[in-house]
Amino acid sequence: MIEWANTIIQGILTGGLYAMFATGLAIIFGVMRLVNISHGDLIVLAAFVAMVVIETTGVNPFVSMIAVLPVMFVFGYFLQRGILNYTVGDDLLPPLLVTFGLSIVIQNVLLEVFTADSQRLKAGALEIQSLQLTEGLSIGVFPLIIFVTAVVMIIGLQQLFNYTRLGRAFRATSDDAVTAQLMGINHKHIFGLAMGLALVLVGIAGVLMAIRTNFDPSIGPSRLLYAFEAVIMGGLGSLWGTLLGGIILGVAQNIGAKIDPGWQILAGHVAFLIVLVFRPNGLFPRTRDD
Amino acid sequence: MTDMAQAPYKVVRSTRASKIGSVIGLVLFIVLVSFPTWGDRATIRLLVEIFYILALAQMWNLLAGYGGLVSVGQQAFVGFGGYMLFVLTINFGVGAVWAVPVAGVLGALVSLPVAFLVFRLRGHYFAIGTWVVAEVFLLGFAQIKAFGGGSGMSLPISVIKSISGSRAGRDSAIYWTALFVAVATIAIVYFLLRSRHGLALTAIRDSEEASNSLGVDNFRAKLLVYIFAAFGTAAIGALIFLTKIRISPSAAFDINWTTTVIFIVVIGGIGTIEGPILGTIIYFLLREPLSDFGTWYLILLGSTAIVVMLKAPQGIWGIITQRFDLRFFPVQRRLRLKKDD
Repeated sequence: MIEWANTIIQGILTGGLYAMFATGLAIIFGVMRLVNISHGDLIVLAAFVAMVVIETTGVNPFVSMIAVLPVMFVFGYFLQRGILNYTVGDDLLPPLLVTFGLSIVIQNVLLEVFTADSQRLKAGALEIQSLQLTEGLSIGVFPLIIFVTAVVMIIGLQQLFNYTRLGRAFRATSDDAVTAQLMGINHKHIFGLAMGLALVLVGIAGVLMAIRTNFDPSIGPSRLLYAFEAVIMGGLGSLWGTLLGGIILGVAQNIGAKIDPGWQILAGHVAFLIVLVFRPNGLFPRTRDD
Repeated sequence: MTDMAQAPYKVVRSTRASKIGSVIGLVLFIVLVSFPTWGDRATIRLLVEIFYILALAQMWNLLAGYGGLVSVGQQAFVGFGGYMLFVLTINFGVGAVWAVPVAGVLGALVSLPVAFLVFRLRGHYFAIGTWVVAEVFLLGFAQIKAFGGGSGMSLPISVIKSISGSRAGRDSAIYWTALFVAVATIAIVYFLLRSRHGLALTAIRDSEEASNSLGVDNFRAKLLVYIFAAFGTAAIGALIFLTKIRISPSAAFDINWTTTVIFIVVIGGIGTIEGPILGTIIYFLLREPLSDFGTWYLILLGSTAIVVMLKAPQGIWGIITQRFDLRFFPVQRRLRLKKDD
């Protein structure tokens, strides 16, 4: 019994990481109506940027974010303004195929520069510390930090979207870019800022992921799928739903792994497909994508 | 209503290019059919690969270019077809070449429950949904002990020998099957697009709302395209693994099957029959000299696809038709005034 409780708690904490992957994807879709196939590869890119920062300066991974996050913001802003803004429109093909091409380019550039070797960022003693809850039930400090960060991230984003000028501009552009333009909002700039913000979230998620698990240039696509599954299960447009989606995915994977290690990833996908059958609009649908 | 015979116009479908093209195509076809009798073994193998990649590209183009269904999960059907080849030949004693179309039929059957799932996702999300399904296929087949789990299995010698006793005989049999599959996919897509279903698909491609308002059942048309593409893709998958003789989940359900054809179709010209043909030729022409630079070749293809999508979304074939009005596979109807003749 205690073993199962342990499995589920670990799953919930893993779900925090998946929710973190998902918030970036959700914001890009929410504001630009763009599904970014290269999302997972951008997470891995952030991890490699952090690795370079750590290797050159010798700082702790948490401190490396001071450099990583601005780099990701600038990269996101110019990626949107230089390439992705030209794909925004009614036609589905350009954004999908351009971000798909981008995904292949990022993966192979990372492979060329950093080789296929598995990497990991070291955060010292923090990685192995744990809190004892009861007899036989303890949780890792670091997974808990990730989960709390995800919750703080979601609260922060909700404050930003609901109560700031920038958030209002994001919502207005998302609802109707043309009318927002009539009100003096430069939607191209707003899209750039939204992508920059999304890549800051991707940067935080990427660094935390890189401390928690091994990474290499090929793992991007599976992170995209986790992020996507969390967004769809939660319901489009709901950030708290995204957290719940991430938790369902994390718990399903942990239960699957407990039954048979080969079932870990499969169980997560199956949970997603089951939700899709019974709740095609997710558990907390807020907006529709048409 | 005026009598058609007295009308001052007529409906024309063929173009001068299509007439000349069909003659050239016929000559090329005869050359290709006779190739195993005079060509060398390495070229035969290369041509087999070109044929199945071309066929895969035509299937993806039908799906995405005409059906508007951008799937990044077609490797699900490539791998499924491949595994069905092994099951049909080993467990049911079906002849290796006959197993190719039968695998296609099984692929179409399995596409029904898959469509039930992925059609719940709209637009962009459909793409990633198909990818999830392909991952489920990959991880699921890796769990099946009878198929050798994650390490896969080989086609027994007896099955290989049953195609033909000699190596040259086998090479020719596989070559003709591949040629037939490539020509058949092009022909089927061509005649499908010329039929009323094709007209409906082209209408949907141009505007979903408008076609719907004119009585086209968008959902039904898309579902038919999806099932048909699954049939073709699974048959091609069976053919691919007939040439490879070995199968494993990671090779069968490799995303690269889809990546390659997406690049071919986008660069060649999406939504045309000529585009994938041109794209396949470009892909293989560039691949031969650049194969030593595996990573860089993919970076080049990815960047080219991005530039094409941004600057010339109709692809290279689109640029050519704008300049020269060439149409080797005319699927559209044109009105021509009588006095022009």
